[in-house]
Amino acid sequence: MALSHVQQAGAARRSKQRTERRAVVGRVLLYTLVGSLSLVFAMPLLWMISTSLKTDPQVYTAPPIWLPNPIRWANYPEALFTKKPFLLYTWNTIRIAIPSVIGAVVSCSLVAYGFARIRFPGRDALFFICVATMMVPFQVRMISLYIIFRNLDWLDSFKPLVVPHFFAGAYFVFMLRQFFMTIPQELSEAARIDGCKELGIYWWVILPLAKPALAVVGLFTFRNVWNNFVGPLIYINHERLFPISLALRGFYAQYSEEHLWQYMMAASAATTAPMILIFFLTQRAFVEGISVTGIKG
Amino acid sequence: MSKQSRRELFKGYAFISPWILGFLFFTIYPILSSLYYSFTRYDIMRPPRWVGLENYVVLLTEDDIFARVMGNTLYFVVLGVPAGIAVAYLLATLLNKKMRLRPVFRTIFFLPTLVPVAASAEVWRWVLNSNWGVINAWIKAMGYPIIPFLSSTALAKPSLILIHCWGQGTAMIIFLAALQDVPQSLLDASVVDGATKSQQFWHITIPMTTPAILFVTITQLIGMFQYFAMGWLLTEGGPNYSTEFISMYLYRNAFRFFKMGYASALAWILFIAIVSFTLLAFRSSDRWVYYGGN
Repeated sequence: MALSHVQQAGAARRSKQRTERRAVVGRVLLYTLVGSLSLVFAMPLLWMISTSLKTDPQVYTAPPIWLPNPIRWANYPEALFTKKPFLLYTWNTIRIAIPSVIGAVVSCSLVAYGFARIRFPGRDALFFICVATMMVPFQVRMISLYIIFRNLDWLDSFKPLVVPHFFAGAYFVFMLRQFFMTIPQELSEAARIDGCKELGIYWWVILPLAKPALAVVGLFTFRNVWNNFVGPLIYINHERLFPISLALRGFYAQYSEEHLWQYMMAASAATTAPMILIFFLTQRAFVEGISVTGIKG
Repeated sequence: MSKQSRRELFKGYAFISPWILGFLFFTIYPILSSLYYSFTRYDIMRPPRWVGLENYVVLLTEDDIFARVMGNTLYFVVLGVPAGIAVAYLLATLLNKKMRLRPVFRTIFFLPTLVPVAASAEVWRWVLNSNWGVINAWIKAMGYPIIPFLSSTALAKPSLILIHCWGQGTAMIIFLAALQDVPQSLLDASVVDGATKSQQFWHITIPMTTPAILFVTITQLIGMFQYFAMGWLLTEGGPNYSTEFISMYLYRNAFRFFKMGYASALAWILFIAIVSFTLLAFRSSDRWVYYGGN
């Protein structure tokens, strides 16, 4: 039995309304799910900030308070500057980070250039070995490295943490090599015809084109240094040389004795904030850096 | 060899020389010397004393703590890696849909990877504490019995896995990139063939992203076996060695008991475990990984 035009139009309109309603319900579900998940993920950090601004009596309440009233900004300077030399620890971290970043960018780009832009016997085998070393757990090298540095008298200094960055870590060599291989050979050839030596091509042609990738190497190295815990734990014993990651433990030991959780949270927030700020400013570089190695790796 | 290719050889090795030097000093030499140490008794003060396979024999037959440690590590790897991957993939799938404020959500899920481990450990210690932690204080106020997250041997490891899932931001980004590479043409064609969203997900999206899944699986496997910082800071192996993992036992033996030889043997057992699991993953990959090759 054929439907009249009017009935067909009505059916079509009702079907469209059903689809639209389904779409709206889908949207609501999506936002609810994502919203609640982000709350769960953000909760520990929100708690950190919230507690860092509390006055003493508000810290240990049950049920816990989320919005401190009054907000005690003074916790921050008190926690960071009065008991322990927070600025010194930050300066230590920077003293490790900056040479490390320079070392990583320079050495990894040089090595990646060799693997990507020059043809020589043994190249591919060596590159495979380079990548394979990423699978060796740090623990296998840890004790020997400790003994090596001890014999070199490098313990209790920044050298064990900084120097290895000048020797081209496999992860960044891999990433940069992939990137350098996408640059057309014609550019190198043109420079060669103009009389450029290999190092010149590296400096004048390849590096400027690779700025985003180099930025990724720098950022990731910076983050790794900032958050590195195990390295400083093994190599550094003198408190005056602690970087932030290690010094935080000193903060906690002191403040937990005195039950000053708000100070501990303030110190935690203060050590996290710079990293978050840098991430905000360089978001795209972070994300691209991870994706490039992830899907092509 | 022609003069040209000899020059290329020289140039090539010159450019990669930083890596070669680093490889020799910071990789090969430490690996070989740690193998040597694993056959000795060495406390740093006195020179190493050769004892043959004794360290390995003790580890594998007499050391009860090591048996627990190995069990804990395997539990953690076998349960924690899939859990982390599932969470990362789920988040990536959600964030792949068009929505407002997507960059904000993406940042929130990625933030945990930016927090220094000592700081997040302290915060989680607070959140999960059995008596006055955020979660339990609230549960107590509602009249229910508390959940002893980190203070019970049964719940300690799952709690650490929970925290591990919280930090899956990097894997999430990798999956996001892979998901965005799934050809829209395939998805469109499947709609024409009458595929449901669920069928699309299981039969197109997931297979097309298996290379990324393999990459994340292997890197997480390698990382999980070496799990140290968060566990050490939160529980230091407790309660009652229920969260003592290989890397922590290794650290303890090396830097607390000064049994460098014993610790080196531990390191090599760890190495063998990692290589075995990685090989397994690679072998199995032929069966479930699809390289579309765009």
